Order: sequence, then C-alpha cells, then structure tokens
Amino acid sequence: MGVIKLGQETSLHFILPELPAPLLNDSHGKELGDEAAAVKSEDFQDSMKIAWRYQNLPKMEVSPTTHTKFGHYYDISKKMSPELCQSVKLHSFYLHEELPFEPKMKTWNMNSGYARLLQSIQRIISQEGFDGSDPQQKQRNVLRIGIQSLGSVLWGDDVCCSDTPEDPHSLTKFLYVLRGLLRKSLSACIITMPAHLIQNKAIMERVANLSDMVVGLESFIGSERETNPLYKDYHGLVHVHQIPRLNSLICDVSDTKDLAFRLKRKQFTIERLHLPPDLSDTVSRASKQDLAGSAKLLSSGCGAMAIGKKHLDF
Amino acid sequence: MLAELNELLGAAPERPDAGKFTLLRDTRTDGSFLVHHFLSFYLRAGCKVCFVALLQSFSHYNIVAQKLGVNLAAAKEQGQLVFLEGLQSCLDLLFGEEEQPGQPNPLQFVSRSTPELRALFDFVRVSLSAADSWKGPVLLVDDLSVLLSLGAAPVAVLDFIHYCRVYVCCQLKGNVVVLVHSNEDSEDEENELVVNSLCHHSDLILWAEGLATGFCKDVHGQIKIIKRLSLRQAAEQDLVQTYQYKIQDRNVSFFAPGLSAAVL
Repeated sequence: MGVIKLGQETSLHFILPELPAPLLNDSHGKELGDEAAAVKSEDFQDSMKIAWRYQNLPKMEVSPTTHTKFGHYYDISKKMSPELCQSVKLHSFYLHEELPFEPKMKTWNMNSGYARLLQSIQRIISQEGFDGSDPQQKQRNVLRIGIQSLGSVLWGDDVCCSDTPEDPHSLTKFLYVLRGLLRKSLSACIITMPAHLIQNKAIMERVANLSDMVVGLESFIGSERETNPLYKDYHGLVHVHQIPRLNSLICDVSDTKDLAFRLKRKQFTIERLHLPPDLSDTVSRASKQDLAGSAKLLSSGCGAMAIGKKHLDF
Repeated sequence: MLAELNELLGAAPERPDAGKFTLLRDTRTDGSFLVHHFLSFYLRAGCKVCFVALLQSFSHYNIVAQKLGVNLAAAKEQGQLVFLEGLQSCLDLLFGEEEQPGQPNPLQFVSRSTPELRALFDFVRVSLSAADSWKGPVLLVDDLSVLLSLGAAPVAVLDFIHYCRVYVCCQLKGNVVVLVHSNEDSEDEENELVVNSLCHHSDLILWAEGLATGFCKDVHGQIKIIKRLSLRQAAEQDLVQTYQYKIQDRNVSFFAPGLSAAVL
C-alpha cells in the first residue's frame, strides 16, 4: 500500500497522471555511486524521514521483479500506467477538505493545519494496521508518506514570511510527533521544504536535528553557475547534509561528497561531480568549488584575479 | 562501553565517580557514540540509571548496547534502568487517553501554553529516589536541545538542569550526563545560550567535533576532553586534551591528532 499526503494546492488528480513510468529491465542500469543509493534508498523497515528541497519521485509497490535497482530508475519521457496507479491504495490529505478541529485537538498548542495532518496520518496508520495492531495481515507493507512544501503559507504557517514567526515551535513540534509516529509503525516519510524561503535559520537547524536524513538540491538555474563552463554537463548540485545513524554506532558514509544531478530527456540522474583536468599553470590543491570560481574568471578574461583567488601570487 | 575512552578519562566501572556533571557536546558531527558509552559504562558499574531519551527509540539504544556488552531490556526488567522514551510519551500525550491523576505525563509541557519542565523533573526525581541496592544514581539525557524545539524556553531548560543537578549530584551524590548540539556560527541563539551556560557549570566536557577540513574516511572527528579543574579550586587551570577518533561497529578507537592508523 502506498500513501501520498499532499500539500494544499495540488490533489491526487493533478500529480498522479504526471508520475513517470518505472524502468523494470536491466538495460538502463547505469552504475550510480554508493552515495546515490544511500540518497534514494528507502528500503529500511525502520522509519526514516528525508527532507528534500524539490519534489521527489515517489515509489510505488508493484508485483515483485528481479530487477535489483527497483525504484531507482524512471523513464521520465513516459507516464506511469493507470493500472499501476490503481493497483495501490492511496490516501490524500487536502487541508481545506478536512473536517474542522476535533475538540481534543484544541489543547495541542500547535498550528491547526499540522495538527490535522498528524491526526490524519495517525488514523491511517492505526486503521490500516501499519502499527502492527493486526497480526492477521499476511503481507507486511511499508506505508510511504510524502509531504509537500512543509512550512509554507499553504499550511497556515508564517515561518516562510517572517524572521520572527508567530509560533516558531509548531513546525518542530510537528516533526517531533511525526518522528514518533514513524518510529512506532512500518512507515517512511519524505518531506519537501522550501528552505530558501525560511528566513529564520535557527528553525532550519532544529529541523535538521529532528530529521534522520537531510538532502538539499541546488539548481543552477538563475545562479551564476548556470553559465560556468565547468558545470555545463549538470543542472545542479546535490548536498547530503546528514545521513541516518540508526541502530548502530557507524553509519553508511560514502567516499565522496561532491554530487551533481542532471535532468536528461529520459532520466534524472545523480552522479559524482566530475570536473575536467585543470591543465593550466594555476593548478593547485584548491577545492572543486574554488576551481569552478577561478575557471569562470579565467574564461571571462580576468587571469590575474583568478590566480589571486587561489592565494598564490607568483 | 568504550575501553579506550575509559583510559583517556581515567575512569573504571569498578569505581564510578560521584557528584559529577558531565556535558557531551557535538559540533558538525554526531556525538551519540558518547551517549552509548556512558549508558553502558554506568550500567556495567552497577549504578541506577534514569535515561531521558528524547530523540530515538528504545530498540535503537538496545541494539547498540548489546554490541557494547550490555543488555538494556534485562536492566530495565531488574529495575536498574528507568527509560523514558520521549517520542512515545509525546504520542501518548496527544493521541492517548486522558491523563491519570497519579501519573502525569513527563512531557506535558508540549501541549501547554506556559511550558515549564516541572513534570519532567518530577519524573526524574521519582525514578531515582527509590532506595534500592544499586550504586549511586545517574541521570542521562539525550538530547537537551530537543526540549527547545518542543517549546520550552531556555531559562526553563536551565532551571530543569539546575534542579536535576542539585538533586542528583549534590543530594544523592550521583552523576548527571547531558548531550547538547551546538554549531559554530549558529543562529539558534537560545540553544547557544543553553550550551554556554551548561559549559560553565560542568565538571567534565567531552566535545566531539567534525574535522574542520571536511569529511575523512579514517578519521571521523576530533574530541576535546576538558577537565574543569577551575570549577573546584580557584587557582587551577582547566586541563584540555585533544584526540582524534574513528568509529567502528563495536568500538571507537582514539589516537593522537595526525596519528591515525591509516597514516602511520
């Protein structure tokens, strides 16, 4: 079973027909790095939360296949078949269609939109047996929850509009209670947040501490990196800020932290960031981002300034 | 427990300390391995432990504790460990039945408009007050920064820690160990206030930091061990020792900076 929880402005009718078709054969099995698997993997039976800045591609439960990279590859030039969508049980949450507050909710001391969403999630978990309350259920499935644009004004929160929001604790309280619900059931949750709109950075730090996994997507569109020749093969960067360390002292850390994403005609891929070898005289042990900055200055004719950026004066 | 860390601290489970306030602090990294160490250390030492676990479930600590040689479920059954699972308490508070008069929910401040932590302190006090055969009581908190996210004011958090310290360290001659997060250039002023204040009142500070040069596969971070000798005697200076560490599946190895096994 799958669940999709949505923000206010979209409903299942708009999102479902736009879902890309999953790739089920091996011919598209491009070798992604381990870090990409960690970013996209949702196969834990434990609960997990992931915060993205963009809308993620949701996974659907289908009949078992032998494809080992199941759920990682989608053909975005094709749409998911309606039969596939209908074979899965879906729930949606549209704030304006929900019933008004139950009397008990009033004592929660939390933004009402978040409170109602929590109540809805808890109801589905207990009614559909994801909390283990129904031992008769033979097929144990994971409930997958997607929440869009958490923190935006569409949820009735002003944390995106103001540096000093009216109720700065609602968002973090929501995440804490959600974390509890996920830990106590067979479910996983992905949340997108418009972090670039949230002005109060203290709240973002707390949100990260309350999450298991934090990933950021930074698009090159509209930034100076769009025209940088070193980034011409990519559309943006992937920042893995935090990975889960659950049930163990160690965590699954990969070797490289420099990741970029690319949106091709048929596929969205995440790759290790490759920069071409720097064959100029200014080669040194600068970081990749310093290199990109200097390369840009070089290409625009400011050779002397580029060298200066490397802190080497010859 | 982590044997190498015991050596660095000069600690042994046969003779646990008394009346000490230890602050665990992490910056740019995850310092939870220190919590696992102290939990298993004090249980091995035979102390009665009250563990306020705000961010993870019981099974998470149990699985790690087994790798460190301690069985949390057994300790709980025998009454040695009192475990408060914050996530479950919060769910009970918001989705559960009406509160029983004799058993107030320790996290009831989450749904109140004037959040103060009296109920949480009462929980700690009741848990550790029973006169039984265990050695000195220990309060362990993971992690304190969560209380701010749940709506508690910084002053309320500091008051709570103060009461716990007076009760556990001074009256019962037990120990308190608390984990907080901090970030350099943090904009979370409330959290920085709490952390700085706690630093001033701690006997021992263990500060785990991510390396300034970024991620490294063989050296996961650096730990500063600060023995606050100035707290007890006026003319003394604090003793600061710095080591680097690498976390493995069942152990954490410590070494002098620059002397990682991968380099030698």
